[in-house]
Order: sequence, then C-alpha cells, then structure tokens
Amino acid sequence: MRKALIPVLTVVAALVVIWYVAAVALNSAWAYNKAGRANIELTFSDLVKDTLSQEKPRLPAPHQVGIEIWKTTVEKKITSKRSLVYHGWITLSSTLLGFAIGTSMGILLAVGIVHNRAMDMSVMPWAIASQTIPILAIAPMIIVVLNSIGIQGLLPKAIISAYLSFFPVVVGMVKGLRSPDRMELDLLKTYNATRSETFWKLRLPSSMPYLFASLKIGIAASLVGAIVGELPTGAVQGLGARLLAGSYYGQTIQIWSALLSAAVLAALLVAIINLLQQVTLKRMGMA
Amino acid sequence: MTLVFLALLLWATAWFVNVKLADSAQAQRRSIRLLVPTIFGLTIILVWELTVRGLGVPLVILPPPSLVVQTASENLPILWKDFVQTFLKGALRGYVIGCASAILVAILVERYSFLQRGLLPVASFMAALPIIGTAPILVMWFGFDWHSKAAVVVVMVFFPMLINAVAGLRESSLIQQDLMRTYAANAWQTFFKLKLPVAMPFIFNGLKISTTLALIGAIVAEFFGSPIVGMGFRISTSVGQLALDMVWAEIVVAALAGSLFYGVMALLEKGVTFWHPSQRG
Repeated sequence: MRKALIPVLTVVAALVVIWYVAAVALNSAWAYNKAGRANIELTFSDLVKDTLSQEKPRLPAPHQVGIEIWKTTVEKKITSKRSLVYHGWITLSSTLLGFAIGTSMGILLAVGIVHNRAMDMSVMPWAIASQTIPILAIAPMIIVVLNSIGIQGLLPKAIISAYLSFFPVVVGMVKGLRSPDRMELDLLKTYNATRSETFWKLRLPSSMPYLFASLKIGIAASLVGAIVGELPTGAVQGLGARLLAGSYYGQTIQIWSALLSAAVLAALLVAIINLLQQVTLKRMGMA
Repeated sequence: MTLVFLALLLWATAWFVNVKLADSAQAQRRSIRLLVPTIFGLTIILVWELTVRGLGVPLVILPPPSLVVQTASENLPILWKDFVQTFLKGALRGYVIGCASAILVAILVERYSFLQRGLLPVASFMAALPIIGTAPILVMWFGFDWHSKAAVVVVMVFFPMLINAVAGLRESSLIQQDLMRTYAANAWQTFFKLKLPVAMPFIFNGLKISTTLALIGAIVAEFFGSPIVGMGFRISTSVGQLALDMVWAEIVVAALAGSLFYGVMALLEKGVTFWHPSQRG
C-alpha cells in the first residue's frame, strides 16, 4: 500500500495540473472576447487570473469547485434546498433503499436458482442476457408510469436502483452458492446433513466472497440508477437534479460540484462495503 | 377475467413442462437447454399480453406486447433513424475511440511500473464512479449532435477497458518471458508474440463489458440534450407524451442492439482466443 502512495499522488497531481491547464485553455476564448469588447490588451497573467475565476466557465478550475462544495455543504443549512448535503441525502436514501431491495431479491432468486433445476434453466440464461441490455434506458418510463398511478418520491428511484443492483447480485450469488466443490458437498452428505443445513453451514458461508464482490458492483450501479432516476422528474431534488438544473442554466460550477460529490458518495459506499467485507471474511477465517 | 385465468393456467402449464424437461434424463442436451429458457420467455410475454388485456390495464401504464410490435412495425423508419443516430454514430464511434485509446494507454502503463502503480488505483477508482454524470458537461462542450454522445461513451468505456487490458498484458508469466529472451526476441517481438495474445481474453472481457456501457452512455447522454432524433430523445419525448408503446419499441430496439453488439464481440472472441481453455470443449 505504501509503495503505491507516491505514484498515486504523482498521477493525481498530474491530473490536477492538467485540469488547471485545460481550464485556462478552454476558458480563454471567453476571456479574450470580454477583453476585446473592453479594448484591453490581455497579458498572460491577466488571462490566467480571468480564466480561473469566471462565473460560468466552460471548465471550472478545481479550486472553484472546491469552494462551491464548501459553500454548499458546510456553510448552508442542511435543510436548505441549496445544500449539497440535502440533495446528496435524497440521492443516498433512494440508493440505499433500492440497494436493499435489489440485493435481497437477488439473493432470494439466487437461492431459488441453486435449489431448483427448472428455475435455473429457465431464468439463468435471461439473467445473463439481460446484462447486455441498456436497462437504464427504461428509467424515465418507470418514473412516469409510477407517477401516473400515484407513487412518487423515493420509491420509483429506488426501484430503478434495485433493478440495476439486482442482476449483478443474482449472477454473483449463484456462482458463490455453487462454489463448494464435490468433496465438501459429499462430506456434508456423510454427516447426513439436510438441504437446509447444507445451505446454512456450507453454501452460504462459502458464497460470501462472491457476494461482497457483487455488492460492490451493485452499490455503484444503484447510485447511478438513483441519479439517472432523478433526471425525468424535472430536476426537483437530488444530485441528478442538480446535474440537470446546472446543465439547463449553464451553471458549470454547480454541475461539477454535484458530479464530484456523487463521486465521493460512490467512493464512500464502495469503501464501506470493502470494510464490511474485510471484517466479515476475517471473522470467518477466509481472509 | 377469463383472460387472466387463462394466463394463470398458461403459467402453470409452462412451468410444469419446464420442470419435467429440467428433471428429465435429457436435460443436458443442447436443444433442451435452449428450449427451457425459450418456453420461459414466451410464457412471460403471453402472460403479460393476457393479463394486460384481461385486467384492462390502461395504455399509459403498460401496453400489451402485441401493440408494441405493431407500433414498432409501423414506425420502422423512425426506429431505424434513431438507431443510426444513437448506435452507429454515437455509441459505436465512441466505443472504438475509447477502447482503442484505453488499449494504447494500457501498453504504455504496462511498460512503466511507476505508471502501473500510480495510474491503476486511480483508474479502478474512476471505474466505480458514476461517470454517466459527466454527460451534461460533455453535451455542453461538444454540442447536441452525436459528438457529445461519442465523448460520453469514450469516458465511460475507457476505465473498465484500461483495467482489463493492463491485467491482460501482465498475464504472461516470468517463465514465458524468459523463454522469449532465450529466443533473443526484442521487446516488440515479445509484445506481439507473447504479451498481446495472452492478453486477448482479458481485452475481450473489457470489450464485452464496454458494449453495454456504450449503449447506456449514448442513450442517457441524449436525456441531457440532443437533436430531434435518437433513441434517448425518442424515449424521453415519448414518455412525456405517454406514448408508452413507442417507448417499449425503442427499448426492444435497444435490447436487440445491445445483445447483438455483445454477440458480435463474443463471436470475435471465439475466433481470436480459440486456444483459451474457456473456448475449448
């Protein structure tokens, strides 16, 4: 881990430098335009100063985004509609609700698939094939349809999140529940274990690494689902709504700060599952 | 009500047939393995049709499949135009650019262990992020036409592809590399004759994952602004008009395009990595 620290920091620093250079380059057209109309000769230092402090830049500089995030998280009340924490919480709650629904349904279906041959042969090919389908495309329809039958708010977004996290969990969990090999299964047979005992004492414990691997994919997918689910509601609340509202009104700094907070949220969620995985697998003696 | 009852009956019969087929002695035969999911899929479509008609579900909630097929066949020119705009212009070009540049960067990364240690953690971090959120920014930079959609696709497929390609290029063992050295192979020969072929299963894995991402990217980017053509545009405007049959028709097209795209990649993989254990037998 320590070996990777210096190279990672170098790469991140290089990215930030590239970001600044790109900000100057992309915003210079507007700066020259302004200066030309005011009949001012623009020196290089003026140019840099102007490009890094525009109000609606093509590419906001990192510090502008940082200041915006600081302003909208720490300095605003959490209940304010301008607070990123508020919007982040909206997105997070539908992500988590959807993730919980999708994961539990996925695990249930996987258990069914492993224990029932007919279900395995009928459902599994479709579960795999459905991974090649751009499921996200139906997000607006789900929102509008549920809206028309009176379901609003958290649930429609959570359903999209659930749908996106469902299939990775099914596929991973089926693999995991099948991971015990012949010898282990035979051993339990010699113990005269019932099917449910085999499930609780062998199949479920040995599926844990697979489960956590797919949970990580699932939670990232859930977050994407919640964000996209917020688009068709007309940009009311949530990080997706901030993205859409920002793109309507050309508020690039707002878009970038919403984007960055979505990224931080995703990283946190994956990190939490990572931690859970490490603790669980350690307690089970698997890591 | 009779239709709903019929649907239940149909479900029970089909399930009974599938259970019999799955438990029969020939269950491992290829034809049975294809037949069972086909019966399942057809049953779902029929049950859907019958319940929607039987319960009189309004069109704005769920159109019956027959209506979707009818709408699709009546609007084939529109669907084709949307397909060309979103898939051929946006998704495919972005896919080619994104995957090609990711593979090139992977070759560079594989050469320098500093980049490997620095760039890989950053890349795998980026791959988990909701990159689709860059869509409004890229639409602002590249305009409403397919260029911005291709740009979104490039960003979306780049990181998963990079991770897979680098993992693949690191796959060759020390013994194999030593063997190349005893042959006096230079760096390029080692690359083309050993590293690249060994990396192919990983590269194709990345290419297959990216097919879905490319379609998603192109469609969702159109929600943020597009010319008046394209699958994402059609979906969002048809949803607004509550013309759900058209939405479903577009979804069918998207599903077909996604599966075909994936299928083509899987076929290519079969041809290129015929030597790999997963492709034999």
